[in-house]
Amino acid sequence: MLLALLALALITFVLAIPMLVRELGRRRAKRQAARAPRGEIELPLYDPGRERRAEQRARELLKSCVNDEEWAMYRDLGFIRVSGKHSRREADRPGGGPAYAYLVYAHKPIVAFVPGSGQLLSEYCVEFPDMSGTGGRHRLPASDDVLAKWMALTSDEDRVIHRANMHLVGRQLDPARVRRDLWRLAEWERRRQRRRQVSRSE
Amino acid sequence: MKPGHGEVLLAEGDPRVRAEEELLIEEFRRQLDEGMWAAVPTTNAGSGRREAQMVRDFGDIPEGADRVIFFPRASGG
Repeated sequence: MLLALLALALITFVLAIPMLVRELGRRRAKRQAARAPRGEIELPLYDPGRERRAEQRARELLKSCVNDEEWAMYRDLGFIRVSGKHSRREADRPGGGPAYAYLVYAHKPIVAFVPGSGQLLSEYCVEFPDMSGTGGRHRLPASDDVLAKWMALTSDEDRVIHRANMHLVGRQLDPARVRRDLWRLAEWERRRQRRRQVSRSE
Repeated sequence: MKPGHGEVLLAEGDPRVRAEEELLIEEFRRQLDEGMWAAVPTTNAGSGRREAQMVRDFGDIPEGADRVIFFPRASGG
């Protein structure tokens, strides 16, 4: 009886060997797949929200750095005016204001103009290229580009202007559009002034 | 500011704490070595207007500044 049971157990074991081998092989393959490095042809997943989130953060950063008026200007008009610091004569400063100023656009040249007359002086092509050396050619988010120009102009105007490529207005920007932006800016300031007067009189 | 990403926090700490100051100095130098410009947003004492101050050395950072912003150096576009 015992011999028969042993023989039965042996036969069962022999019959189960192929199943065991197959199961072990499957487990080994699974372990190796988990341990193996990611395939070289595997591409990183594109995150469609990354740029939008980066721009959102950039707007917050810009808002926290610039003056309230400059932030409102950027929010409403899409550019910031920055005053120039130099002037040859006191007469060049009408009403004590700056002799010239810049319009700072995102990913477009900086435009120098005369605030009193609206005369366009020149455009300065400047960019803030990717220096990480990781390949690719990424740009700063739009609001970061504006902030970088604002910081460079308000802290060291000469350095950024000397690094820029200077052209007459019209090389990259349409002069008619810049004049229209100056008109929009003047209207915006007038409305803002009126609102301020109304709130003061109330 | 990192192209393609926007704002990235590099390091934070209290410069009055020795260990944290060393960490901040190390990161500051690393960024400048990589060719970045560093600026601190400040308020002009005379006009009250906000502006930026470019810093080339950790010691140039105005006392009480709560942040230093690094951005790629400008070049002709």
